[in-house]
Order: sequence, then C-alpha cells, then structure tokens
Amino acid sequence: MIDYVSALSIDFGLIVPEITVLVTSFVVMMLACSKKVSSWSSTVTLVGYVLALWFTTRQWGHQGSGFADMVTCDNFGIVFKAIFIVASIIVVFLGHRYLRVKGLHRGEYYALMLVSTLGMMVMANSSDLIVLFLGLEIMSVPLYVMAGMYRRSLESNEAGIKYFFMGAFSTAFLLLGIAFIFGASGTTNLRSIVTDFSYIANSFPVYLYAGVALILIGFGFKVGTVPFHTWVPDVYQGAPTPVTAFFSVAPKAAGFAALLRVFVYGFSEVTILSDVFWVLAVLTMTVGNLLALRQDNVKRMLAYSSISHAGYILVALVVGGADAVAAAIFYLVAYTMFNLGGFGVVTLLETRSGCKSEFNELRGLSKTNPYLTATLALFMFALSGFPPTVGFIGKFYIFSAAMQSGFVWLTVIGVMNSFVSVYYYLRVIKTSFFDEAEGTPVPAVLSPTIIIALVITAVGTLGLGLFPQQLLQLSQAAIFGMP
Amino acid sequence: MSEYLFLIPLLPLIGFLINGLLLGRLPRPVITIIACGSVALSLILSVMLFVELKSLPVDSRVIEQTLLPWISSGDFSVNIGFLLDPLSAVMILVVTGVGFLIHVYSVGYMAHDPGYGRFFAYLNLFTFAMLTLVLADNYLLMFVGWEGVGLCSYLLIGFWYHKKSASDAGKKAFIVNRIGDFGFLIGLFIIFWNVGSLEFDVVMKQAPLVFAAGGALITTACLMLFLGATGKSAQIPLYVWLPDAMEGPTPVSALIHAATMVTAGVYMIARSSSLFVLAPDALMVIAIIGACTALFAATIGLAQNDIKRVLAYSTVSQLGYMFLACGVAAFSAGIFHLMTHAFFKALLFLGAGSVIHAMSDEQDMRNMGGLKKHLPITFMTMFVATLAISGIPGFSGFFSKDEILWKAFSSDHGHVIFWVIGVATAGLTAFYMFRLIYLTFYGNERMSDEAKHHLHESPKSMTVPLMVLAVLSLVGGLVGMPHIFGVTNYFEEWLGPVMAGAHEPVSHALASGGGDASMEWLLMGLSVALVAVCIFLAYYFYRKNLKATTSLAEKLSGLRTLLVNKYYVDEVYGALVVRPTVYFSVFLWKIIDVIVIDGCINGMARLGGDISDTLRHSQSGRLRNYATIFAAGVVVLVAYFVFG
Repeated sequence: MIDYVSALSIDFGLIVPEITVLVTSFVVMMLACSKKVSSWSSTVTLVGYVLALWFTTRQWGHQGSGFADMVTCDNFGIVFKAIFIVASIIVVFLGHRYLRVKGLHRGEYYALMLVSTLGMMVMANSSDLIVLFLGLEIMSVPLYVMAGMYRRSLESNEAGIKYFFMGAFSTAFLLLGIAFIFGASGTTNLRSIVTDFSYIANSFPVYLYAGVALILIGFGFKVGTVPFHTWVPDVYQGAPTPVTAFFSVAPKAAGFAALLRVFVYGFSEVTILSDVFWVLAVLTMTVGNLLALRQDNVKRMLAYSSISHAGYILVALVVGGADAVAAAIFYLVAYTMFNLGGFGVVTLLETRSGCKSEFNELRGLSKTNPYLTATLALFMFALSGFPPTVGFIGKFYIFSAAMQSGFVWLTVIGVMNSFVSVYYYLRVIKTSFFDEAEGTPVPAVLSPTIIIALVITAVGTLGLGLFPQQLLQLSQAAIFGMP
Repeated sequence: MSEYLFLIPLLPLIGFLINGLLLGRLPRPVITIIACGSVALSLILSVMLFVELKSLPVDSRVIEQTLLPWISSGDFSVNIGFLLDPLSAVMILVVTGVGFLIHVYSVGYMAHDPGYGRFFAYLNLFTFAMLTLVLADNYLLMFVGWEGVGLCSYLLIGFWYHKKSASDAGKKAFIVNRIGDFGFLIGLFIIFWNVGSLEFDVVMKQAPLVFAAGGALITTACLMLFLGATGKSAQIPLYVWLPDAMEGPTPVSALIHAATMVTAGVYMIARSSSLFVLAPDALMVIAIIGACTALFAATIGLAQNDIKRVLAYSTVSQLGYMFLACGVAAFSAGIFHLMTHAFFKALLFLGAGSVIHAMSDEQDMRNMGGLKKHLPITFMTMFVATLAISGIPGFSGFFSKDEILWKAFSSDHGHVIFWVIGVATAGLTAFYMFRLIYLTFYGNERMSDEAKHHLHESPKSMTVPLMVLAVLSLVGGLVGMPHIFGVTNYFEEWLGPVMAGAHEPVSHALASGGGDASMEWLLMGLSVALVAVCIFLAYYFYRKNLKATTSLAEKLSGLRTLLVNKYYVDEVYGALVVRPTVYFSVFLWKIIDVIVIDGCINGMARLGGDISDTLRHSQSGRLRNYATIFAAGVVVLVAYFVFG
C-alpha cells in the first residue's frame, strides 16, 4: 500500500536516476560549446549513464510514490529504466566510430540522446497520464532532431521531417484521449481511475472508451503498431544508423512500458481491449513480416522486422496478467540484445565508404570478416527465434503465456509468422556466407568501441539463451507497485 | 573400492577422447599405450571389484553407484547410474578381459595400417559403450550403450571405407539393427507406461505385480525386447548383417562380432529374466527362434569357403544356442555359454586373422592348406578352440553346451525337439569346424608361390593373446561343471541371486533324483558320440578321401548351391523388403516431395512474396498517404471502442 500522505510529498530520492541523466545532458551540452572539450562528450555521457544505472539498481525493491502522486517508483518502472540505460550505453559504444567517420560526432548528439532517455525514464516512472504525456514529449522531440542530424543526407532530412509530422499528428490524438479521460473521470491519475472505474464507465462511457482508444493510438504509434507504423521504414532507413538502432529499441521499450502500465494496470477492466490487441498484434506481426520479405536494404528490412517484433510483444497485452507482463519484459531485454547486435553489425558495415546497407554489400563478407559474419549470423538466428539463443526463449515465454490463457489461434498465427520471418533473416546469412562478391570485397575495419558493443550483445544473446532463469526471475519480480 | 565403479567405462572413454581428438598427431607407441592402457586399467579395476563383490554375502552382492541425474521431466526421471551384480560382473570381466587381449593383438595386426590411431580410438569407444551397456542400472542408459556399440560396429565394419563392400556392409549392419532397435524401444515404452520406471531394480520388483503373468501386454513387451535382441545378436530374421560384417578388420570381428557386442541381446534378456518368465509364450518364441537359428546357420556354415564367413555363421549358430537357453528359462546357462563362447570364438577369429595375416590377406580356404608347419602356434591354439566349440569333453564349450542341451530337454519350458535340434547343430558344428581345420592347416599347400614365400608366424603381440585365450578355452568351463560330475556348479550358483526373480530351478538337477541323472548321462553320451562321428566324417571327406567330397558335392549339387548361396535369404529380403522400400521412397521423393510438398511450399512462398509486393505500394513514401492510413486506423478503432 502506498502511504497517501507520503505520496503527496516531494521526495527527490525517487528521481535520482532521472536527475543524474538530466545533469549529464546539461554538462554534455556545455562541453559541446567548446571544440576542445567536445570530444569528451561521449565519455561523460557514458559516466552519466553508468551512474544513473547504479542509482536505478539501488532503487530495486523500494517502492514509493511522491510529487502529488505524479511519480510512482516501482520494480516495473525500474526494470524499464535499466533497459533504457543499458540500451543507450550499447548505442554509445556502437555509434562512436560511425559518427566520427560521417562527421557527426558532436556533443549535441549525446545531449539529445540523454534528454530522450530522460523522457523515457519519466514515462516508466509514472502512473499519471499527464506525466506520461510529458515524458513522451521529452523523449520524442530529441528523437526528431536525431533522425535528421545527418544534414548532408537527403534521406536523413526526410526522416526527421516525416517523423516529426507523424509524431505531432499522433500526439494530438494522445492528448485528446487524455482530455477525454479527464473529462470523464476528473482525474489523470491511473490509481484513481482504477478505483472509480465502474462509476466512470457507467456515467461517461463514450468519453471513456473514446479516450482509451485515442491513448492506445498515441502509444501504439511509438511502438510501431499497424496501422500506425507507416513512418517506421522511412525513418529507420533515413536516420543515421546508430540513431536507428536507438529508435528500434529504447523508445519502443518506453512505449511498451506505457502501454503495459496504462492498459494492463489502468484499464484492465475494459473487456474489449483484449480483442483489439488481438487484432493489432496479428496485423502488426503479419504486415511487418510480409513487408520485410522483399526488401533489398538491410536497414529497411530490420525496420519491418522491428514492427513484427512489436507484434509479438503485443501478444502479451492480449493475454494480460502478471505472467504476460513478465514475458513481455523478458522479450524486451532479449530484443534489446539481439536487435542492437544486428544494428551494430550494420553500423559497422556502413562505415565502409559508399555503403548504404544494401543486401548486395553483404556478399563475400564471410571471406573478409569471418568472425564478424559469424556474429551477424548469431543475431539473425536470435531474431528469427532459434534455440539456443535468447530469441527462442523470449518467444517461448510469450507464446506459452498465450497458450496458457487459451489463445490458441493467436499462438498459431504468431508461430507461423515467426516461421515466415526466417526467410528474410536467413537471407542475410545466405548472402554473407554463400554469395560471391562482385569485384574485391572491402573488409570492414573494427574499432574497439564497436567490439565492446558487439561482445556485450553477443554474450547477452547467447548467455541469456543458455541461462534464462535469472532474467526470468527478474522479470517476474518486476511487478506494478500499485495496489 | 566400489566408488571407482564409474571408472571402468570412463577410462576407455578417456582413451577414445585422447586418441580421437588428437587423431594421427600422436606417435604410434603413445597411441598404443593410451588405448591398451586404458582397457588394462579397466580390466584391473573389474577384477578388483569382482573380488570385492565376491567377498560380500550372497544375498547382498550388489554395488550401485548413481553418478548424476540425467533426465528429470515430470514423473519421468532417469539417472546415470551403474549397477554391479554377479551378472554384470561376469560381463565386465569378459568385455575387459577379451577386449584387452584383442587390443594387444591389434597392435600387431594393424601395425601397417595408416588408420592406426583411428582404429584404436574406435576400439576404445566401443569398449566404453559396451561397458556402459552392461553396467547401466536402467534400460535407458543400457539403450545408450546399445546404440553406442551399434555405432562403433558400423564405424569398424566400414573401417576401410574406401572399399565399397566394406561401407555397404557397415550400412547394412546399421539399418538391420535399426529394425531391432525399434522393437527394443517399443518394449521400453510398454514397460515404462505400465511400471512407471526404467530402473532395473524397480522394473523387476514391480513387474509381477503390474503385469498379468502370460498376459498379452507382457508377452508383447518381451517379444519387442526380443526383436531388439535378434537385431543386435544376429538371430532369425535379422541375422543377415553379421556375415557381411566380416568386411571389417579381423580383431573387430573377434571383439564385436563374436565375443561381446553380439551377445548384448543375450545379456539383455538375462537381465530382464524376471519379465520373460512372466511371458511363457514369448519364451517359447525365443527358444524356437534360437534353435532354428542354431541349426540354420550351422548348415550354411558347411558350405562356406571364406574362413571368416564360416566363423561368422558359426557365431550366429552359437548365439542361437544362447537364445535357446534363455528360451527354456535357463538364463545362467545362456550366460555361461556366452562366456565360454567369448573365449573360443575370439580365439578362432584371432587365429583366422593370424592366418589371413600370414597369407597376405587371402581369406579363401581353397587357396590355403598345409599351414600347420608354417604357423605352429596359430594352429595349436586354433585347434584347442575347435575342440572347445565342438564340445569335446573337458574343454570349456563342452560344459556350457551340455548344460544348454540338458536344460533344453529337462526344463519346464524345454522339449525333446529342442534337444534334438541342439544335438544336430553340435554335430554340424564339429563337422564344419574340422573341415576348416583340415582345409587350412592340412593337405597340400594350394597358395601361390609368392604367398608361400611370405608365410610367417605372427609376431608375439598376436600370438600371446592367442595362447592366453587357448588356456581360457581349455579351462574356462571348469567353473560350471554339471552336478552329475559330483561337483558344485559355481557359475550357476554365482548368478543365482540375479536370476532368483526368474524362479530358475537352480538346483533342478540336484533335486531331480537318480532317474534324471542317468538320463543326463545318456544324453551327454549321445551328443558326444554324434560329435565324434561328425569329426570322423570331416576327417574322411577333407583329409582322407578328397575325391569322395567332390562326388558327394556333385550328387547333392542342388543342396550345395542352396547352402553356398545361404538359402538366398539376402535375395528374398532384397525382393520383398529392400526393393519395395526403394520404390516407395522414389515415389515419395519424386511425387510427394518434389511435386506436392515443394509445390505447396514454393506456392506459399510465391504467395507471400506477391502479397509483400502488393503491400509495398502502401509504403509510398508520401506523408499524406501515411497520414491517411493513420486517420483511417483512428476512425475504425475509435468507432469500435465507442460503439462496440
């Protein structure tokens, strides 16, 4: 039980990790002003993230609420904050050399990333719709800028503009949805909504249900749910690759944190939600997979692949309940590992001059970079869900949760989809291992930072696949801290 | 001491790992030391544990060691555990003892082979698998060993894989064994389904409570286990792989295809004796199959000219004896014959190997003759083995064979017909074995001059194992002398506690008074007399009067052709089983696989691709289209929530 007196209090202890990230972003921004010290920005960013991660882990098990009940600190939010930070750390390692090669290595990049992470953490740390919205905006605005950071590239500019417009469009619906809910219930606090749900549902059903639909659209947009996914391929392909890697993992995880909290906890009594999520999950995984089949660009293929993975996680929202939430968290951690790994290799390959991540460029890769290609193959196997990688275990938990709740057809469709996806993932392996290069292939040059990123992700992909128990227990302990 | 039980199978495994992983990188003396040393250590440990087991009181002669839990899933749990009781103690002594001698022999025999390291690696792996088979404390681990020896058998039959006939023989052995393994597995499923465990201990105790004696269930289970045994131990109808297996190096034939692996079926049935006594019908089937195989294979052995093939059919025939013993519920007699047979048959094969070695790889007895003076040690030892297998009184084979014949006649499950077939087989055995001796060691030297030039006695590493085995063939039977000799049958007494659940009439002969004893003397006398006659016939036809042989062969040319061609069983199997299977496979491949399945899959793939192409148009890159799709989604969703 949350103590209501303390819930009103101002307790900065609840938001120490957020403050750390915020302060780091200010420091980095100041460093960026001077050319001399701006190259320090990546190091400072890392230090800030590690500190924030440390503070976050210290919060584990200490549930609390404060700032007029605007901030809710619970294990669920803490796990998500840890996911954001770990993903960001990997992205920092993974992008370092790419940004230097492309002339993008500037302090602003890191400052923007930090601010965006702050937004995600605010989202994960709250059970108030207004604060959720605030976090979403803090997260999104830097993302628009990051997508368009590569000014000399038309695609990057296009990505920034498209993301911004579509993002603004969806935000309007989200805000309208929150307004409807407020209109119906007189509050934006999820706990109050849960308490008074039957009263609200009886008094203002239209506003309530319209509000729920609109909020679903707003967050669904962020995780790339079909039919609100249209921005994903263009933005993922156009944005600088480390930024895409970041997009594909961190904001998606934040979106799911919000979706899980609002719909599994807040609106759990809206019975038709399960049906809606059923349709959305099936649409998302199927459309994502089908569109990925015929892509010739690896980045674009991975963009569609990330849509289909969102579809698998949506299965957990169909099922609802503690087991499904644990399965979703497990899957997100797993997905963070192998998806960042896959993007890491793509990023590395793009540092070769004139490379745009077309499938053709993979030819003959196993001859020039055998170990790198083997790592790439590991990530592709994980993405397609082969044992003994964590990709298999993640899908297994999700689908077994669905089976236990009697969603047989959903499971069948999910498994069929994951079967279809094998085609395009294995195509990467086939091209890089078995196709002969035209002319002499250029070997990719590894840098220490990218090696660190790839080692972390590869060890995570394989290690968590072989020993999933610890992570599973962690996911099961990541419960909502609300009565 | 007992805590070292697991080392007995483990040591050869370590030997295999070292020699197998460092294939060909080690100098030959090191390979030799690792391979022979690991088995020698196992042998020493086996002897020590045997002594320890013997020191225990009769009723508690069981040493168990559970290493680790292996599979644990719901109600089903299996450990990796070993069980040493009087039965497995006999087996490990035979396996490590004979195995060690054959390892030593191979050092000389394989000395010039480029695959020396590989050979010893396989041989060690085989020893490991065989020891796992006999030491396992549950059916599943036994099955692991069972499959392991099958694998090694395949690898070693096809050891000279560049020879097509050798690799074909390897495949044949493997495939035929798979049929038997299928039966074995079905048997295990039935047991597990009803008893809920695969531990020997539990199964043997529970079986009488769970299964109705003589019921269909237990009979099916036992017949399925026996089907497994017919595959591994080369009985009708699955014996066809064993003669072809002679393509392997001769030490392999001696170890795997005579002394140890092929007896696994007999061991398995003896181990499951408590089950089999519940199914008298299954026992009768075993006795009939065993007796028929014994006689049938012996007749084929009469007309073979390849020295190893004669021995191969002889092995099939002798295995038939062992199953006959099991079939009349005289399990310890079967195991006794298993042991003596391991001695003299291994000796015969190794002797044959020595002959082949001396003859520059010639195996046709028609091109031999007069080798007695060139290979004196080989001759003497092989002669001892021949006397043993023929059942000359005093030699090991006499005691074990006589016990089987007596039990076939006198047991509750026995019948006089079994005895008749057994005795007839004994006569045939004496005949073809002496034929082998006369053709090989006596008479004119029929080999080419060049081969004659190369004739030499084998090196010490080969002759010493021969001599040791000759001693064992001579005295090995003394542990199991019949009661009518006025002595204790130590062997039967030793195995008594294991077979207690089988209610074997341990003291049958003793209890059954004088009338039976005189009957036993009579039957023994008859069989010995028949053997003597057959030896004389062999002497007459193959030594004294060779012309008579030719004229007899002409008179009986039809029968002779039938025997030379092994009753055309391979051809019949080819027409009835192999070719229809191949035709059916081609049908499955060309029609079902290529047209139906590939067609469906390719069609699905094309459909997916086409849908993908169509959907791609939705991704036009135009912001207004994106917004439209988005807005449409909003309308549908909100409408559903509000009105749904």
